[in-house]
Amino acid sequence: MIAEVGHFALVLALSLALMQAVVPLVGARRGDATLMGVADVTALVQFGFVALSFAALAACYVASDFSVLGVYENSHSTMPLIYKFTSVWGNHEGSMLLWVLILGLFGALVAAFARNVPPTLKATVLAVQAWIAAAFDLFILTTSNPFQRLWPAPFEGRDLNPVLQDMGLAVHPPMLYLGYVGFSIAFSFAVAALIEGRIDAAWARFVRPWVLAAWMCLTLGIAMGSYWAYYELGWGGWWFWDPVENASLMPWLAGTALLHSAVVMEKREALKVWTILLAIVAFSFSLIGTFLVRSGVLTSIHAFATDPARGVFILCILVLFIGGALALYAWRAPMLRQGGLFAPVSREGALVLNNLFLTAACATVFTGTLYPLALEALTGAKISVGPPFFNATFGPLFLPLLIAVPFGPLLAWKRADLAGVAQRLTGAFVVALLGIAATLAIEGRPALPALGVGLALFVMAGAATDIAERTMLLRAPFVTVMRRARGLPRSVWGTAFAHFGLGLTLLGIIGETQWGTERIVAMRPQQTVSLRRYDFTFDGVAPRTGPNYRDLVAHFTVHRNGETIGVMEPAKRTFPSRGTTTTEAALMTRGLSQLYLSLGDPGADGSLAVRIYHKPMVLLIWLGAVVMVIGGGLSLSDRRLRVGAPRPARARAAAQPAE
Amino acid sequence: MTRKQRRLTLIAAAGGVLALAVGLVLYSLSDSIVFFNSPSDVVARHVAPGTRIRLGGLVAAGSVQRGGYLTVRFTVTDGNATLPVTYTGILPDLFREGQGVVAEGALGPDGVFKADTVLAKHDERYMPKEVADALKKQGHWKDDYDKPAAPTAAGGLARGGS
Repeated sequence: MIAEVGHFALVLALSLALMQAVVPLVGARRGDATLMGVADVTALVQFGFVALSFAALAACYVASDFSVLGVYENSHSTMPLIYKFTSVWGNHEGSMLLWVLILGLFGALVAAFARNVPPTLKATVLAVQAWIAAAFDLFILTTSNPFQRLWPAPFEGRDLNPVLQDMGLAVHPPMLYLGYVGFSIAFSFAVAALIEGRIDAAWARFVRPWVLAAWMCLTLGIAMGSYWAYYELGWGGWWFWDPVENASLMPWLAGTALLHSAVVMEKREALKVWTILLAIVAFSFSLIGTFLVRSGVLTSIHAFATDPARGVFILCILVLFIGGALALYAWRAPMLRQGGLFAPVSREGALVLNNLFLTAACATVFTGTLYPLALEALTGAKISVGPPFFNATFGPLFLPLLIAVPFGPLLAWKRADLAGVAQRLTGAFVVALLGIAATLAIEGRPALPALGVGLALFVMAGAATDIAERTMLLRAPFVTVMRRARGLPRSVWGTAFAHFGLGLTLLGIIGETQWGTERIVAMRPQQTVSLRRYDFTFDGVAPRTGPNYRDLVAHFTVHRNGETIGVMEPAKRTFPSRGTTTTEAALMTRGLSQLYLSLGDPGADGSLAVRIYHKPMVLLIWLGAVVMVIGGGLSLSDRRLRVGAPRPARARAAAQPAE
Repeated sequence: MTRKQRRLTLIAAAGGVLALAVGLVLYSLSDSIVFFNSPSDVVARHVAPGTRIRLGGLVAAGSVQRGGYLTVRFTVTDGNATLPVTYTGILPDLFREGQGVVAEGALGPDGVFKADTVLAKHDERYMPKEVADALKKQGHWKDDYDKPAAPTAAGGLARGGS
């Protein structure tokens, strides 16, 4: 019964979405306030029905109702409650429902909170949003019904894939989807602006908070997924250039570019046409990501059971929305008025450079991800494009971008003095040089990693320089500095935090890849192995029983300089319901570094294969992402976005431009 | 600077970055891609020793031998041809005899494939897509490899690196 309620609620949500897709648009054309007002109501009620549908599905999972096919295939009565709930989206059908739920949520948020957006624009935006919702509702109902019944109902389910039985599943997909789907708002605003044929700085101000929120969620979602893969897959990697990871990186790169170009548009009314294009592109990459993951064209950890009909349906959605939006763009964009002028060396120029490199990097990731598909379709040859390709293309494109990052916020709008900015960055240069010297002194050659450390420190010190310059640190009395620091717009702090976080992540990546050490050994009980001044003694193995699995736990004592610093217990975990085994790695955090142990197979001679890693500064990779998100949050809480009214920036902000 | 000069600067910068990106992509694509081969392909295409490839197929039943110190030998088959493989390191959890596997590495001069990465399925229900396609091509695909009614099999790959 509950499943049928959920199914019916989804059908109602579809019909509401169809109404919302047409009526407000007619209202906006005719200037009819009543018809336009329909959008707000339908957006809220539509979200209500999708939420009801989702709640019904969750109830089926939590109650282990195995008469529902999805529950039977992906759940088990002995699973802990939290995993029963998260397995709602641990499969194709449920994850698509989560996608639609988040889409509905964003639509409802726009309806409820975008008060100062002109009514015609808002009605058009919500109508475009409803087209997307209708397409995906239809996709779920026709090809991936999560409420499919199974008769007779089995007594026990087939259990969730053991790799997914983790807290990571509770956080990673919802965060990622919040990011993916969040860009739909920017897309809808862009399409609405093209339909209306009018766009100004206020448009950028309406869109920016949504882009920021989506970007924050996506950043956190990617970082969370990376950490999950790192500790769950048991071989210590945190980024594999897996097609599905690339599918989440592409919208992130396009979204980051959009975030920066929207600043130019908001402040200087320049780059309008480009910003519109980026808004379309960012969401297009989200759709492509959904297609790549859900259609099964790529072999990946994330590909659930697939059905060609689904792939074709999503491909149709893709062609319709991306093709339609780009066609509309080609037709209407030339009518949009061009904005302010700027010299190549200026804040605008720096942001254009940022956009160029980010989109070029995005294009190389796109090429590397889709080239194998295109080649197979054309010639039948099967190839794989792995990390060497991405390291060789993505790296060189990010390098100039990273060098430019500290300069950007210090450059003046319209026309800037590069030599003056370089002079103000002297402190940052000195920090970078000291870092290089210190790294060479401690680690010795080769010089390349040391230069990387220098670059990371330059980015971080550059972010600090921006704040120091604006608060007149070391030049004015302490009280003045504090007053100025408090008076700085939050978005300035946001920029500094985000850029600082970028430097932290870079530092973590360099530390982990350049100085990480690894040993794979076959160990017998009581044997000791050393790695980077840590001694690992293998004490033996012991069985342990969990709620729906059995562990074979290996016990290790870790010593450093003869002193015991703790125990590590990696395990082999067997799930009897599926007869599968997973490796549970053990991690020990030492400052920002981690020790990492994972188990392999027992050898013929009674030994146990063990993989031991020392990962210096590895935590900075994710810590940096968290700092970037904090930066995004600060920027989101900026007064001008909270007030958000379409009026010129205040005199003070004009005299000392934010960001 | 005139408006025209500014626009030219912008176009030059965009063109420069684009050229850089295209150059990097072309250079890397010629250098760092790896072709997928089944054991039959290896024989038919005369894959030269030392060329990096991905070898896919089933782990032949009864072929897995664990040697000294983390060395494993096994045979990969696609039904028509077989190829011996050696690997030193830790195998992924779902590596089993009679199951699909993808090994990355190169043929040695002795005709033994030396793998440095072994990928097995990530989910016990499905088979790597390349392996499924290769088996179908060789006419050794059995429907029970793929129990749920999914016409194209796709399962994620778990990795074992060395």
